Amino acid sequence: MTNTENFVHELAEKHGRTRNALMPILQGVVAREKYLSEEAMIAVARELDISAADVYGTATFYTFLDTVPRGRNVVRVCKTISCHMHNKDEIIRALEEQLKCKVGETTSDKKFTLLTANCLGWCHKGPVMLVNDDVYPELTPQKAIEIIQEYNRKSN
Amino acid sequence: MSKYMVNLKINNIPIAVEEGTTILDAAKRLNFHIPTLCNHPDLSVAGNCRVCVVEVKGARLLAASCATPVSEGMEVFTNSEKVRIARKHVVELLLSEHNADCTKCFKNGHCELQELASEYRYGDHIFIDLVPFKHKYLDISSPSITKDTSKCIRCQRCVRTCAELQAVSALAVVHKGNHQTISTFMDKPMNDVVCTNCGQCINRCPTGALYERNYIEDVWNAIYNPNKFVVVQTAPATRVAVGEDLGLEPGHRVTGKMVAALKKMGFNKVLDTDFTADLTIMEEGTELLTRLKKALVDKDETVKLPMMTSCSPGWIKFQEHMFPDLLPNLSTCKSPQQMFGSLAKTYYADKINIKAENMIVVSIMPCTAKKFECNRPEMRDSGFKDVDYVLTTRELAMMIKQAGIEFDKLEDQHYDSILGESTGAAVIFGATGGVMEAALRTAYEIVTGKEVPFANLEIKPVRGMDGVKEASIKIKGAKPEWSFLEGVEMNVAVAHGLTNAKILMEAVESGKTNYHFIEIMGCPGGCIGGGGQPIPTSPEIRRKRAEAIYEEDAGMPIRKSHENPEVVEVYKDYLGHPCGHQSHELLHTHYVERKRY
Repeated sequence: MTNTENFVHELAEKHGRTRNALMPILQGVVAREKYLSEEAMIAVARELDISAADVYGTATFYTFLDTVPRGRNVVRVCKTISCHMHNKDEIIRALEEQLKCKVGETTSDKKFTLLTANCLGWCHKGPVMLVNDDVYPELTPQKAIEIIQEYNRKSN
Repeated sequence: MSKYMVNLKINNIPIAVEEGTTILDAAKRLNFHIPTLCNHPDLSVAGNCRVCVVEVKGARLLAASCATPVSEGMEVFTNSEKVRIARKHVVELLLSEHNADCTKCFKNGHCELQELASEYRYGDHIFIDLVPFKHKYLDISSPSITKDTSKCIRCQRCVRTCAELQAVSALAVVHKGNHQTISTFMDKPMNDVVCTNCGQCINRCPTGALYERNYIEDVWNAIYNPNKFVVVQTAPATRVAVGEDLGLEPGHRVTGKMVAALKKMGFNKVLDTDFTADLTIMEEGTELLTRLKKALVDKDETVKLPMMTSCSPGWIKFQEHMFPDLLPNLSTCKSPQQMFGSLAKTYYADKINIKAENMIVVSIMPCTAKKFECNRPEMRDSGFKDVDYVLTTRELAMMIKQAGIEFDKLEDQHYDSILGESTGAAVIFGATGGVMEAALRTAYEIVTGKEVPFANLEIKPVRGMDGVKEASIKIKGAKPEWSFLEGVEMNVAVAHGLTNAKILMEAVESGKTNYHFIEIMGCPGGCIGGGGQPIPTSPEIRRKRAEAIYEEDAGMPIRKSHENPEVVEVYKDYLGHPCGHQSHELLHTHYVERKRY
């Protein structure tokens, strides 16, 4: 078995092999590998004895279950109306400049992927972004850049 | 448990119905027609298309009548102003995402969305046409099933069909919101995923999003080509169904008219897959008895029991993907379609003095998986592609119309000979349990010299629409050469639809069953409910087709395969004896393990 298959097997041992184990297993894979590769989805389908198309259907339904490769850090800027009114476009522009990549892309060193997200529930403190699992509210372009620089240092 | 009756009013008319009845069904009883799209009698309720919305007095929102059970005192309006406006918007929204090139569509005239649009005649186009903005594609990778996403209205009937009836789930709902599509694993082409080609999704698709890969023009070209000798064979289930696409009610037997139409269309010879169905029984019956002898007398552990039928190519591919460990249990017999092809281009071509390379074999099948089967690399034992083109029952009906033939006015005609004679045992191949019944009629007689101990040869326990059927026959008075079977209780099982097949296979794998012989048909109801049969389908329609099949059997002068005089002749002239050398060359095959994922 490959690394991924072993890992999926462990997750299935932990969460069980019923249909409702699908979500925690997929989340477990994304937590470690940042996205669901074809190999990982097949491994999940095999463990749960369901069709690969069903796994793919579930994976593609959830924004946070990515099915394309992502960088080590995933940055998601809230794009919904409150953050929009708090100038989220400026934040995005600053991040694009800093990371040298556009929304939807991954930096060439694979350290960051820049994405937008639907409402993160921080409308009172917009604009807001999420880096991996951490929320950063009340952003300014400068603050956003500093946060990214900090992650960059940590991933060296 | 007695059911409570619920009183309600629909359009001010009182009615009492059983608890749990949907508004849709209750309205139907009062003869109020409510349009539906995602609803289907074979499938679970989805309630996603919203075409069937009705107004319930006191409720804030309109209710999907297919998904809302009645309640006491309910007052329902199926055609109020609110309902009409909502329905108009629903249909227009569906149309705004539907590539409505109806005149060029293969489903033109057989599309439920088109029917709805023509019923309501909305012409306002209040919504923007979204088709040009969406990534739509045509998938023609499969030899059986074509998928056109520009026609899809995401009703998910195909998804439910593939999951609920067939336990395959090749199709799933992927992505979400306005990006939602019905697709395969990683959006791969249909030919590259675990799909059995059964075509049940096609039978339930309300639009032209899923339809058979059609070979109508290829067949016309062959007919018009003076250098080609075009032979056609017709499967058992086609003769009780093709009439439905030509203006007749379900359950009409049209064997003679279908033969007459094929002759008028210009086929050089009109022959019958029923002939090779009888031949299949000779081969498969002999194979079963040989396996039983090897297993029970010689204690040969390489011989696998229960033996399983191999006529249904959807079932075969299912087994190759899902239960590869049980492939040795499959009968090595080719399906009747492929037996016909390999005999036609060898024995028959010689007999009528036609070069095999100039012969084109066309099949009329109730099946889309047959289109895949005839393209399998194993199916070239004649030295050529044994069967050149497979047409569904629906494609045949289209060709009959194109040829300008008034079908219901045709005088009955007979199949040509040889390879045209058949028995009642062959025609029942078309219904679930039929192959089993035909095999038992012959095998029992080979072993005992007597007819099966069932009144009028009707082995009722294997008939009918139960998902998994079982029967046991005690063998009494075995001939000396079969004495090891004396007193043996022959246990058989029959399943139809791949979900039922899966249940049965899991039981077999568990080792808790003691079957000798299993018949599986990939489609619900057997071939009469095949993926190439006229649309619509429902339990009621399949029941009528099955009744017609059994009527056809009862009306045949010969009802046991081994008594088919042409079968006897072919063995005498050419094949030698069942499961002999020549048979193995031409009539048997092998299977390949395919990936489950």
